[in-house]
Amino acid sequence: MHEEYPVEKSDYTRAGEASASIKRILKQLGISGSVLRRIGVACYEVELNLVIHSDGGVLSLDVDSDAVTLTSADRGPGIPDIQMAMREGYSTASEEARSLGFGAGMGLPNMKRNADDFFIESEPGKGTTIRMSFRLG
Amino acid sequence: MDMEKRYHSVQLMKDQCHGCTNCLMHCPTEAIRVRNGRAHIIAEKCIDCGECIRICDYHAKVAITDKLSDIKRFRYSIALPAPSLYGQFRDLKSIGVVLDGLKKIGFDDVFEVARGADVVSRAIALRMRDNTIPRPIISSACPAVVRLIQVRFPDLIPNIMDVRQPMEIAASIAKDEFVRAHGCAPEEVGVFFITPCPAKMTAIRTPIGHEKSAVDGAISMMDIYSALRPHVRPQFTSDTPCASTSYGVGWASSSGESQAVCPEKSLAVDGIQNCIRILEEIENGSLMDLDFFEGNACIGGCVGGALAYENNYVARNTIHRLVEHIKTEKNIHPNEDVPPSLMSKYPLYLDQPIEANTAMRLDGDISKAMRMLEKVNAITKELPGYDCGSCGSPTCRSFAQDIVEGYCGELDCIHKLKEKLKIMAEQMVELAQTKRT
Repeated sequence: MHEEYPVEKSDYTRAGEASASIKRILKQLGISGSVLRRIGVACYEVELNLVIHSDGGVLSLDVDSDAVTLTSADRGPGIPDIQMAMREGYSTASEEARSLGFGAGMGLPNMKRNADDFFIESEPGKGTTIRMSFRLG
Repeated sequence: MDMEKRYHSVQLMKDQCHGCTNCLMHCPTEAIRVRNGRAHIIAEKCIDCGECIRICDYHAKVAITDKLSDIKRFRYSIALPAPSLYGQFRDLKSIGVVLDGLKKIGFDDVFEVARGADVVSRAIALRMRDNTIPRPIISSACPAVVRLIQVRFPDLIPNIMDVRQPMEIAASIAKDEFVRAHGCAPEEVGVFFITPCPAKMTAIRTPIGHEKSAVDGAISMMDIYSALRPHVRPQFTSDTPCASTSYGVGWASSSGESQAVCPEKSLAVDGIQNCIRILEEIENGSLMDLDFFEGNACIGGCVGGALAYENNYVARNTIHRLVEHIKTEKNIHPNEDVPPSLMSKYPLYLDQPIEANTAMRLDGDISKAMRMLEKVNAITKELPGYDCGSCGSPTCRSFAQDIVEGYCGELDCIHKLKEKLKIMAEQMVELAQTKRT
Protein backbone atom coordinates (compact mmCIF):
# COMPACT_ATOMS: atom_id res chain seq x y z
CA MET A 1 0.00 0.00 0.00
CA HIS A 2 1.04 3.56 -0.68
CA GLU A 3 0.22 6.75 1.26
CA GLU A 4 1.43 10.32 0.75
CA TYR A 5 1.68 13.22 3.18
CA PRO A 6 2.58 16.74 2.02
CA VAL A 7 4.84 18.51 4.54
CA GLU A 8 5.31 22.28 4.31
CA LYS A 9 8.29 24.45 5.14
CA SER A 10 8.30 25.94 8.68
CA ASP A 11 4.83 24.56 9.40
CA TYR A 12 5.47 23.78 13.06
CA THR A 13 1.77 23.56 13.91
CA ARG A 14 1.48 20.40 11.79
CA ALA A 15 4.94 19.04 12.47
CA GLY A 16 4.67 15.43 13.60
CA GLU A 17 1.18 14.80 12.21
CA ALA A 18 2.41 12.75 9.25
CA SER A 19 4.50 10.59 11.60
CA ALA A 20 1.52 10.12 13.92
CA SER A 21 -0.65 8.97 10.98
CA ILE A 22 2.05 6.63 9.70
CA LYS A 23 2.58 5.10 13.15
CA ARG A 24 -1.16 4.52 13.49
CA ILE A 25 -1.27 2.73 10.14
CA LEU A 26 1.70 0.53 11.05
CA LYS A 27 0.06 -0.43 14.35
CA GLN A 28 -3.16 -1.29 12.54
CA LEU A 29 -1.11 -3.53 10.27
CA GLY A 30 0.21 -5.31 13.35
CA ILE A 31 3.78 -4.01 13.09
CA SER A 32 5.18 -3.92 16.60
CA GLY A 33 8.31 -4.15 18.72
CA SER A 34 11.73 -2.77 17.85
CA VAL A 35 11.07 -2.29 14.12
CA LEU A 36 8.07 -0.06 14.90
CA ARG A 37 10.23 1.86 17.34
CA ARG A 38 12.95 2.39 14.72
CA ILE A 39 10.49 3.45 12.03
CA GLY A 40 8.84 5.87 14.47
CA VAL A 41 12.13 7.60 15.29
CA ALA A 42 13.35 7.77 11.67
CA CYS A 43 9.96 8.91 10.39
CA TYR A 44 9.74 11.78 12.86
CA GLU A 45 13.32 12.86 12.06
CA VAL A 46 12.68 12.91 8.33
CA GLU A 47 9.38 14.77 8.74
CA LEU A 48 11.02 17.38 10.96
CA ASN A 49 13.84 17.71 8.42
CA LEU A 50 11.27 18.63 5.78
CA VAL A 51 9.79 21.28 8.09
CA ILE A 52 13.10 22.72 9.28
CA HIS A 53 15.45 22.48 6.29
CA SER A 54 13.48 22.00 3.09
CA ASP A 55 11.29 24.21 0.95
CA GLY A 56 8.52 21.68 1.47
CA GLY A 57 7.94 18.26 0.04
CA VAL A 58 6.16 14.96 0.33
CA LEU A 59 6.68 12.13 2.78
CA SER A 60 5.43 8.81 1.49
CA LEU A 61 4.90 5.43 3.01
CA ASP A 62 5.04 2.12 1.16
CA VAL A 63 4.27 -1.16 2.85
CA ASP A 64 4.41 -4.67 1.52
CA SER A 65 4.54 -7.92 3.45
CA ASP A 66 8.37 -7.84 3.71
CA ALA A 67 9.27 -4.23 4.29
CA VAL A 68 8.24 -0.69 5.15
CA THR A 69 9.74 2.08 3.04
CA LEU A 70 9.68 5.79 3.86
CA THR A 71 10.53 8.27 1.13
CA SER A 72 11.00 11.98 1.61
CA ALA A 73 11.21 14.06 -1.56
CA ASP A 74 11.52 17.83 -1.26
CA ARG A 75 11.56 20.79 -3.65
CA GLY A 76 14.87 22.15 -2.46
CA PRO A 77 17.18 23.75 -1.56
CA GLY A 78 19.38 20.63 -1.74
CA ILE A 79 22.43 19.68 0.31
CA PRO A 80 25.77 20.91 -1.08
CA ASP A 81 27.94 18.43 0.86
CA ILE A 82 26.17 15.22 1.87
CA GLN A 83 29.21 13.77 3.63
CA MET A 84 29.38 16.82 5.87
CA ALA A 85 25.62 16.69 6.52
CA MET A 86 25.86 13.04 7.56
CA ARG A 87 28.34 13.90 10.35
CA GLU A 88 26.98 13.82 13.89
CA GLY A 89 26.68 17.28 15.36
CA TYR A 90 26.70 19.10 12.00
CA SER A 91 23.68 21.33 11.63
CA THR A 92 22.47 24.20 9.50
CA ALA A 93 19.24 24.66 11.44
CA SER A 94 17.91 28.20 11.82
CA GLU A 95 17.71 30.02 15.14
CA GLU A 96 13.93 29.49 15.05
CA ALA A 97 14.37 25.72 14.80
CA ARG A 98 17.05 25.65 17.48
CA SER A 99 14.89 27.64 19.87
CA LEU A 100 12.27 24.89 19.49
CA GLY A 101 14.79 22.26 20.50
CA PHE A 102 15.68 20.98 17.02
CA GLY A 103 18.86 21.18 15.04
CA ALA A 104 21.28 19.23 17.24
CA GLY A 105 22.83 17.79 14.09
CA MET A 106 21.70 14.26 14.81
CA GLY A 107 18.95 14.03 12.20
CA LEU A 108 20.57 12.28 9.23
CA PRO A 109 22.93 10.05 11.27
CA ASN A 110 19.99 9.05 13.46
CA MET A 111 17.90 8.09 10.40
CA LYS A 112 20.76 6.04 8.97
CA ARG A 113 21.28 4.26 12.30
CA ASN A 114 17.62 3.31 12.58
CA ALA A 115 16.96 2.21 8.99
CA ASP A 116 18.01 -1.15 7.54
CA ASP A 117 18.74 0.53 4.22
CA PHE A 118 19.40 4.23 3.82
CA PHE A 119 19.68 6.12 0.55
CA ILE A 120 20.18 9.85 0.07
CA GLU A 121 20.48 11.85 -3.12
CA SER A 122 20.63 15.61 -3.39
CA GLU A 123 21.25 18.33 -5.89
CA PRO A 124 21.61 21.97 -4.83
CA GLY A 125 18.88 24.05 -6.38
CA LYS A 126 16.71 21.00 -7.02
CA GLY A 127 16.07 19.03 -3.90
CA THR A 128 16.79 16.04 -1.74
CA THR A 129 15.40 12.53 -1.75
CA ILE A 130 15.84 10.24 1.22
CA ARG A 131 14.70 6.64 1.09
CA MET A 132 14.72 4.37 4.14
CA SER A 133 13.71 0.72 4.25
CA PHE A 134 12.87 -1.38 7.26
CA ARG A 135 12.69 -5.16 6.95
CA LEU A 136 9.76 -6.87 8.63
CA GLY A 137 9.85 -10.13 10.55
CA MET B 1 -8.75 -18.37 31.52
CA ASP B 2 -9.73 -16.20 28.58
CA MET B 3 -12.58 -14.65 30.53
CA GLU B 4 -10.23 -13.97 33.41
CA LYS B 5 -7.78 -12.28 31.01
CA ARG B 6 -10.47 -9.91 29.86
CA TYR B 7 -11.79 -9.09 33.32
CA HIS B 8 -12.68 -5.42 33.71
CA SER B 9 -13.67 -3.46 36.77
CA VAL B 10 -15.41 -0.87 34.57
CA GLN B 11 -18.89 -2.06 33.64
CA LEU B 12 -22.02 -0.63 32.03
CA MET B 13 -25.35 -0.44 33.85
CA LYS B 14 -27.50 -1.04 30.77
CA ASP B 15 -30.74 0.33 32.22
CA GLN B 16 -29.15 3.66 33.12
CA CYS B 17 -27.54 4.21 29.71
CA HIS B 18 -29.30 6.77 27.47
CA GLY B 19 -27.16 5.97 24.46
CA CYS B 20 -25.59 9.44 24.29
CA THR B 21 -22.10 9.96 22.88
CA ASN B 22 -20.23 11.34 25.91
CA CYS B 23 -18.30 8.21 26.85
CA LEU B 24 -17.85 7.31 23.20
CA MET B 25 -16.00 10.55 22.49
CA HIS B 26 -13.81 10.45 25.61
CA CYS B 27 -12.50 6.91 25.55
CA PRO B 28 -8.71 7.10 24.98
CA THR B 29 -8.55 3.69 23.28
CA GLU B 30 -11.81 4.00 21.26
CA ALA B 31 -13.13 1.03 23.23
CA ILE B 32 -16.79 2.14 23.31
CA ARG B 33 -19.51 1.83 20.67
CA VAL B 34 -23.16 2.81 20.95
CA ARG B 35 -25.32 0.16 19.34
CA ASN B 36 -29.10 -0.17 19.58
CA GLY B 37 -29.26 2.86 21.84
CA ARG B 38 -26.85 1.51 24.48
CA ALA B 39 -23.13 1.83 25.04
CA HIS B 40 -20.98 -1.27 24.70
CA ILE B 41 -17.45 -1.66 26.00
CA ILE B 42 -15.06 -3.59 23.76
CA ALA B 43 -13.30 -5.70 26.40
CA GLU B 44 -10.12 -6.19 24.36
CA LYS B 45 -9.53 -2.45 24.10
CA CYS B 46 -10.67 -1.23 27.54
CA ILE B 47 -7.84 -0.18 29.88
CA ASP B 48 -10.06 0.54 32.92
CA CYS B 49 -8.91 4.16 33.15
CA GLY B 50 -12.32 5.29 34.39
CA GLU B 51 -12.71 8.25 31.98
CA CYS B 52 -16.18 7.00 31.03
CA ILE B 53 -17.22 6.75 34.70
CA ARG B 54 -16.26 10.38 35.19
CA ILE B 55 -17.91 11.67 32.02
CA CYS B 56 -21.25 9.82 32.19
CA ASP B 57 -24.06 12.16 33.29
CA TYR B 58 -26.37 9.21 33.89
CA HIS B 59 -23.97 7.22 36.08
CA ALA B 60 -24.36 4.29 33.74
CA LYS B 61 -20.67 3.40 33.98
CA VAL B 62 -19.57 1.87 37.26
CA ALA B 63 -16.51 0.23 38.77
CA ILE B 64 -17.05 -3.19 40.25
CA THR B 65 -15.17 -3.38 43.54
CA ASP B 66 -15.50 -5.34 46.77
CA LYS B 67 -17.91 -4.20 49.48
CA LEU B 68 -16.86 -3.38 53.02
CA SER B 69 -18.85 -6.42 54.13
CA ASP B 70 -16.55 -8.64 52.01
CA ILE B 71 -13.83 -8.31 54.63
CA LYS B 72 -15.90 -10.74 56.73
CA ARG B 73 -14.99 -13.51 54.29
CA PHE B 74 -11.73 -13.70 56.22
CA ARG B 75 -11.14 -14.31 59.92
CA TYR B 76 -8.82 -11.30 59.99
CA SER B 77 -8.73 -8.34 57.67
CA ILE B 78 -6.10 -5.70 56.98
CA ALA B 79 -6.82 -2.36 55.29
CA LEU B 80 -4.27 -1.03 52.81
CA PRO B 81 -5.11 2.67 52.40
CA ALA B 82 -3.76 4.24 49.21
CA PRO B 83 -2.11 7.53 50.22
CA SER B 84 -4.74 9.32 48.13
CA LEU B 85 -7.28 8.35 50.82
CA TYR B 86 -5.73 10.95 53.15
CA GLY B 87 -6.52 13.60 50.55
CA GLN B 88 -10.24 12.91 50.92
CA PHE B 89 -10.35 14.70 54.28
CA ARG B 90 -9.54 18.36 53.78
CA ASP B 91 -9.24 19.14 57.49
CA LEU B 92 -7.03 16.15 58.33
CA LYS B 93 -4.33 16.98 60.91
CA SER B 94 -2.52 13.66 60.97
CA ILE B 95 -2.57 10.43 59.00
CA GLY B 96 -2.99 8.47 62.24
CA VAL B 97 -6.62 9.62 62.47
CA VAL B 98 -7.44 7.83 59.17
CA LEU B 99 -5.51 4.72 60.22
CA ASP B 100 -7.45 4.64 63.53
CA GLY B 101 -10.71 5.19 61.66
CA LEU B 102 -10.13 2.17 59.43
CA LYS B 103 -9.77 -0.02 62.52
CA LYS B 104 -12.97 1.44 63.97
CA ILE B 105 -14.98 0.45 60.90
CA GLY B 106 -13.99 -3.20 61.12
CA PHE B 107 -10.41 -3.87 60.03
CA ASP B 108 -8.16 -5.73 62.44
CA ASP B 109 -5.07 -3.97 61.20
CA VAL B 110 -3.92 -1.25 58.82
CA PHE B 111 -0.81 -1.04 56.66
CA GLU B 112 0.01 2.14 54.75
CA VAL B 113 0.45 1.66 51.01
CA ALA B 114 2.69 4.74 51.28
CA ARG B 115 5.11 2.41 53.08
CA GLY B 116 4.96 0.13 50.04
CA ALA B 117 5.65 3.20 47.89
CA ASP B 118 8.78 3.82 50.00
CA VAL B 119 10.05 0.31 49.24
CA VAL B 120 9.17 0.68 45.55
CA SER B 121 10.88 4.09 45.41
CA ARG B 122 14.09 2.54 46.65
CA ALA B 123 13.76 -0.40 44.25
CA ILE B 124 13.23 1.94 41.28
CA ALA B 125 16.19 4.10 42.31
CA LEU B 126 18.32 0.92 42.22
CA ARG B 127 16.95 -0.21 38.84
CA MET B 128 17.65 3.24 37.39
CA ARG B 129 21.36 2.34 37.52
CA ASP B 130 20.77 -0.37 34.90
CA ASN B 131 21.78 1.20 31.60
CA THR B 132 20.35 -1.66 29.55
CA ILE B 133 16.77 -0.48 30.19
CA PRO B 134 15.90 1.91 27.32
CA ARG B 135 15.38 5.55 28.28
CA PRO B 136 13.21 7.12 29.35
CA ILE B 137 12.19 4.45 31.82
CA ILE B 138 8.41 4.50 32.16
CA SER B 139 6.78 4.11 35.57
CA SER B 140 4.67 0.98 36.05
CA ALA B 141 2.69 2.46 38.95
CA CYS B 142 -0.44 3.49 37.05
CA PRO B 143 -2.03 0.32 35.65
CA ALA B 144 -4.18 2.32 33.21
CA VAL B 145 -1.05 3.84 31.66
CA VAL B 146 0.61 0.41 31.44
CA ARG B 147 -2.48 -0.96 29.68
CA LEU B 148 -2.58 2.12 27.43
CA ILE B 149 0.98 1.31 26.37
CA GLN B 150 0.01 -2.32 25.72
CA VAL B 151 -2.80 -1.19 23.40
CA ARG B 152 -1.49 1.97 21.74
CA PHE B 153 2.29 2.04 22.26
CA PRO B 154 3.42 -1.61 22.21
CA ASP B 155 6.90 -0.59 21.02
CA LEU B 156 7.45 1.19 24.35
CA ILE B 157 6.89 -1.92 26.48
CA PRO B 158 10.67 -2.45 26.93
CA ASN B 159 10.83 0.98 28.62
CA ILE B 160 8.41 0.02 31.40
CA MET B 161 9.99 -0.24 34.87
CA ASP B 162 9.89 -3.87 36.01
CA VAL B 163 8.96 -3.15 39.64
CA ARG B 164 5.60 -4.16 41.15
CA GLN B 165 3.07 -1.66 42.40
CA PRO B 166 3.25 -0.25 45.95
CA MET B 167 0.01 -2.03 46.93
CA GLU B 168 1.59 -5.41 46.05
CA ILE B 169 4.63 -4.89 48.26
CA ALA B 170 2.46 -3.42 51.02
CA ALA B 171 0.16 -6.47 50.89
CA SER B 172 3.06 -8.94 51.08
CA ILE B 173 4.62 -7.20 54.09
CA ALA B 174 1.29 -6.59 55.86
CA LYS B 175 0.15 -10.20 55.63
CA ASP B 176 3.52 -11.64 56.61
CA GLU B 177 3.91 -9.37 59.65
CA PHE B 178 0.34 -10.03 60.80
CA VAL B 179 0.72 -13.81 60.48
CA ARG B 180 3.94 -13.71 62.53
CA ALA B 181 2.48 -11.45 65.22
CA HIS B 182 -0.76 -13.41 65.64
CA GLY B 183 0.36 -16.92 64.83
CA CYS B 184 -2.47 -17.49 62.35
CA ALA B 185 -2.51 -19.05 58.88
CA PRO B 186 -2.00 -16.76 55.86
CA GLU B 187 -5.34 -17.95 54.40
CA GLU B 188 -7.14 -16.54 57.42
CA VAL B 189 -5.95 -13.01 56.63
CA GLY B 190 -7.63 -10.87 53.94
CA VAL B 191 -5.73 -7.83 52.68
CA PHE B 192 -7.93 -5.11 51.12
CA PHE B 193 -6.70 -2.15 49.12
CA ILE B 194 -8.72 1.07 49.53
CA THR B 195 -8.70 2.13 45.90
CA PRO B 196 -9.10 5.48 44.16
CA CYS B 197 -9.62 3.86 40.74
CA PRO B 198 -11.01 0.86 38.83
CA ALA B 199 -7.65 0.16 37.16
CA LYS B 200 -6.20 -1.01 40.48
CA MET B 201 -9.10 -3.40 40.96
CA THR B 202 -8.41 -4.88 37.54
CA ALA B 203 -4.69 -5.04 38.37
CA ILE B 204 -5.52 -7.15 41.42
CA ARG B 205 -7.73 -9.56 39.49
CA THR B 206 -5.44 -9.77 36.45
CA PRO B 207 -1.96 -8.50 37.33
CA ILE B 208 0.41 -7.39 34.57
CA GLY B 209 3.94 -8.82 34.72
CA HIS B 210 3.48 -11.23 37.60
CA GLU B 211 1.29 -14.17 38.66
CA LYS B 212 -1.28 -13.80 41.41
CA SER B 213 -1.72 -10.51 43.27
CA ALA B 214 -0.81 -10.39 46.96
CA VAL B 215 -3.92 -8.25 47.49
CA ASP B 216 -7.17 -10.12 48.23
CA GLY B 217 -9.62 -7.39 47.23
CA ALA B 218 -10.21 -3.70 46.63
CA ILE B 219 -12.79 -1.44 48.22
CA SER B 220 -13.74 1.77 46.47
CA MET B 221 -12.74 4.98 48.24
CA MET B 222 -16.17 6.37 47.39
CA ASP B 223 -17.91 3.41 49.07
CA ILE B 224 -15.85 3.55 52.24
CA TYR B 225 -16.09 7.32 52.59
CA SER B 226 -19.47 7.41 54.33
CA ALA B 227 -18.42 4.78 56.86
CA LEU B 228 -15.10 6.45 57.52
CA ARG B 229 -16.18 10.10 57.66
CA PRO B 230 -17.69 10.00 61.20
CA HIS B 231 -14.35 8.73 62.51
CA VAL B 232 -12.23 11.35 60.76
CA ARG B 233 -13.20 14.70 62.28
CA PRO B 234 -11.12 17.90 62.35
CA GLN B 235 -10.92 17.92 66.14
CA PHE B 236 -9.66 14.31 66.33
CA THR B 237 -6.03 13.61 67.13
CA SER B 238 -4.14 10.32 67.12
CA ASP B 239 -1.05 8.77 68.68
CA THR B 240 -0.73 6.29 65.81
CA PRO B 241 2.49 7.21 64.05
CA CYS B 242 2.89 7.53 60.29
CA ALA B 243 5.16 4.63 59.31
CA SER B 244 5.96 5.94 55.85
CA THR B 245 8.14 8.83 54.71
CA SER B 246 6.81 12.07 53.29
CA TYR B 247 7.89 10.75 49.86
CA GLY B 248 5.70 7.66 50.14
CA VAL B 249 2.68 9.81 51.02
CA GLY B 250 3.60 12.15 48.16
CA TRP B 251 2.95 9.32 45.67
CA ALA B 252 -0.76 10.24 46.01
CA SER B 253 -0.24 13.19 43.66
CA SER B 254 1.28 13.50 40.23
CA SER B 255 5.09 13.96 40.41
CA GLY B 256 5.26 12.38 43.88
CA GLU B 257 6.84 9.26 42.46
CA SER B 258 9.39 11.06 40.30
CA GLN B 259 10.34 13.29 43.22
CA ALA B 260 11.16 10.13 45.16
CA VAL B 261 13.06 8.25 42.46
CA CYS B 262 14.65 10.66 40.00
CA PRO B 263 13.99 14.33 40.67
CA GLU B 264 16.65 15.57 38.20
CA LYS B 265 15.74 14.15 34.79
CA SER B 266 12.14 13.08 35.15
CA LEU B 267 8.85 14.22 33.70
CA ALA B 268 5.53 13.75 35.47
CA VAL B 269 2.38 13.97 33.37
CA ASP B 270 -1.22 13.63 34.53
CA GLY B 271 -4.41 13.09 32.56
CA ILE B 272 -4.68 10.28 30.02
CA GLN B 273 -4.76 12.54 26.94
CA ASN B 274 -1.64 14.34 28.15
CA CYS B 275 0.04 10.97 28.71
CA ILE B 276 -0.81 9.97 25.13
CA ARG B 277 0.83 13.16 23.79
CA ILE B 278 4.03 12.54 25.72
CA LEU B 279 4.14 8.83 24.83
CA GLU B 280 3.90 9.89 21.16
CA GLU B 281 6.96 12.09 21.74
CA ILE B 282 8.85 9.30 23.45
CA GLU B 283 8.02 7.11 20.44
CA ASN B 284 9.39 9.82 18.13
CA GLY B 285 12.64 9.77 20.06
CA SER B 286 12.29 13.45 20.86
CA LEU B 287 12.63 13.03 24.65
CA MET B 288 15.89 11.12 24.72
CA ASP B 289 17.47 13.27 27.43
CA LEU B 290 14.80 12.12 29.88
CA ASP B 291 15.58 9.36 32.39
CA PHE B 292 12.18 8.73 33.94
CA PHE B 293 8.59 9.26 32.83
CA GLU B 294 5.80 9.14 35.38
CA GLY B 295 2.38 9.04 33.74
CA ASN B 296 -0.85 9.11 35.69
CA ALA B 297 -4.13 8.52 33.87
CA CYS B 298 -6.03 10.83 36.22
CA ILE B 299 -5.68 14.62 36.50
CA GLY B 300 -3.65 15.38 39.61
CA GLY B 301 -2.49 11.77 39.95
CA CYS B 302 -4.21 9.13 42.13
CA VAL B 303 -6.01 11.86 44.11
CA GLY B 304 -7.97 12.46 40.90
CA GLY B 305 -9.07 8.82 40.62
CA ALA B 306 -12.57 8.12 39.34
CA LEU B 307 -13.51 6.63 42.72
CA ALA B 308 -12.19 9.51 44.83
CA TYR B 309 -14.76 11.66 46.61
CA GLU B 310 -12.94 14.96 47.09
CA ASN B 311 -12.19 17.41 44.28
CA ASN B 312 -8.75 16.49 42.93
CA TYR B 313 -7.24 19.97 43.33
CA VAL B 314 -8.43 20.23 46.93
CA ALA B 315 -7.16 16.71 47.64
CA ARG B 316 -3.81 17.59 46.13
CA ASN B 317 -3.54 20.55 48.47
CA THR B 318 -4.35 18.37 51.45
CA ILE B 319 -1.66 15.86 50.46
CA HIS B 320 0.85 18.69 50.01
CA ARG B 321 0.07 19.98 53.51
CA LEU B 322 0.40 16.50 55.03
CA VAL B 323 3.70 15.89 53.23
CA GLU B 324 5.13 19.15 54.60
CA HIS B 325 3.88 18.24 58.08
CA ILE B 326 5.52 14.79 57.99
CA LYS B 327 8.77 16.40 56.85
CA THR B 328 8.87 18.56 60.01
CA GLU B 329 8.67 15.40 62.12
CA LYS B 330 10.75 13.01 60.02
CA ASN B 331 12.67 14.35 57.05
CA ILE B 332 14.15 11.23 55.51
CA HIS B 333 14.37 9.77 52.00
CA PRO B 334 13.15 6.18 51.34
CA ASN B 335 16.70 5.23 50.25
CA GLU B 336 17.81 5.80 53.85
CA ASP B 337 14.60 4.80 55.59
CA VAL B 338 13.81 1.42 53.98
CA PRO B 339 16.00 -1.28 55.56
CA PRO B 340 18.03 -3.31 53.00
CA SER B 341 16.53 -6.51 54.45
CA LEU B 342 13.10 -5.48 53.09
CA MET B 343 14.50 -5.24 49.58
CA SER B 344 14.99 -8.97 49.16
CA LYS B 345 12.40 -10.44 51.50
CA TYR B 346 9.28 -9.96 49.37
CA PRO B 347 8.60 -10.23 45.63
CA LEU B 348 9.46 -6.79 44.33
CA TYR B 349 10.11 -7.23 40.61
CA LEU B 350 8.03 -8.33 37.65
CA ASP B 351 8.85 -11.87 36.61
CA GLN B 352 6.64 -12.24 33.54
CA PRO B 353 6.87 -10.34 30.25
CA ILE B 354 4.40 -7.54 29.58
CA GLU B 355 2.63 -8.58 26.38
CA ALA B 356 1.54 -6.25 23.58
CA ASN B 357 -2.22 -6.00 23.15
CA THR B 358 -3.13 -6.63 19.52
CA ALA B 359 -6.60 -5.02 19.68
CA MET B 360 -5.54 -2.19 17.32
CA ARG B 361 -4.37 -4.66 14.67
CA LEU B 362 -6.80 -5.23 11.79
CA ASP B 363 -5.61 -8.75 11.04
CA GLY B 364 -2.77 -11.09 11.95
CA ASP B 365 -1.89 -11.43 8.27
CA ILE B 366 -0.28 -8.21 7.11
CA SER B 367 -1.45 -8.57 3.48
CA LYS B 368 -5.04 -9.00 4.61
CA ALA B 369 -4.65 -6.09 7.06
CA MET B 370 -3.42 -3.90 4.20
CA ARG B 371 -6.39 -4.77 2.02
CA MET B 372 -8.72 -3.94 4.92
CA LEU B 373 -6.93 -0.67 5.59
CA GLU B 374 -7.28 0.35 1.95
CA LYS B 375 -11.02 -0.27 2.19
CA VAL B 376 -11.14 1.75 5.44
CA ASN B 377 -9.36 4.66 3.71
CA ALA B 378 -11.70 4.51 0.72
CA ILE B 379 -14.84 4.51 2.91
CA THR B 380 -13.47 7.27 5.15
CA LYS B 381 -13.06 9.54 2.11
CA GLU B 382 -16.78 9.17 1.34
CA LEU B 383 -17.90 10.03 4.89
CA PRO B 384 -18.64 13.64 5.93
CA GLY B 385 -15.80 13.85 8.49
CA TYR B 386 -17.95 15.44 11.23
CA ASP B 387 -16.86 12.85 13.82
CA CYS B 388 -20.31 13.39 15.37
CA GLY B 389 -20.70 9.95 16.89
CA SER B 390 -24.32 9.59 15.73
CA CYS B 391 -23.50 6.27 14.06
CA GLY B 392 -22.26 4.94 17.41
CA SER B 393 -18.56 4.93 16.52
CA PRO B 394 -16.30 7.67 17.93
CA THR B 395 -14.96 9.02 14.60
CA CYS B 396 -15.75 8.68 10.89
CA ARG B 397 -12.53 6.73 10.53
CA SER B 398 -13.39 4.25 13.28
CA PHE B 399 -16.87 3.94 11.73
CA ALA B 400 -15.24 3.04 8.39
CA GLN B 401 -13.20 0.43 10.20
CA ASP B 402 -16.31 -0.94 11.91
CA ILE B 403 -17.95 -1.27 8.46
CA VAL B 404 -14.93 -3.14 7.08
CA GLU B 405 -14.89 -5.41 10.11
CA GLY B 406 -18.58 -6.12 9.54
CA TYR B 407 -20.06 -4.54 12.65
CA CYS B 408 -22.25 -1.99 10.87
CA GLY B 409 -23.33 -0.67 7.50
CA GLU B 410 -22.83 2.63 5.72
CA LEU B 411 -26.45 3.72 6.29
CA ASP B 412 -25.84 3.75 10.06
CA CYS B 413 -24.35 7.17 9.27
CA ILE B 414 -27.34 9.55 9.45
CA HIS B 415 -25.72 11.92 6.96
CA LYS B 416 -25.27 9.11 4.46
CA LEU B 417 -28.85 8.04 5.16
CA LYS B 418 -30.12 11.57 4.52
CA GLU B 419 -28.27 11.67 1.21
CA LYS B 420 -29.80 8.36 0.23
CA LEU B 421 -33.29 9.49 1.28
CA LYS B 422 -32.92 12.65 -0.78
CA ILE B 423 -32.07 10.62 -3.86
CA MET B 424 -34.98 8.27 -3.19
CA ALA B 425 -37.37 11.21 -2.67
CA GLU B 426 -36.28 12.73 -5.96
CA GLN B 427 -36.85 9.42 -7.69
CA MET B 428 -40.34 9.21 -6.14
CA VAL B 429 -41.18 12.68 -7.43
CA GLU B 430 -39.87 11.72 -10.83
CA LEU B 431 -41.98 8.59 -10.78
CA ALA B 432 -45.09 10.48 -9.71
CA GLN B 433 -44.64 13.01 -12.50
CA THR B 434 -44.22 10.40 -15.17
CA LYS B 435 -47.13 10.75 -17.60
CA ARG B 436 -49.00 7.84 -18.97
CA THR B 437 -48.00 7.15 -22.51
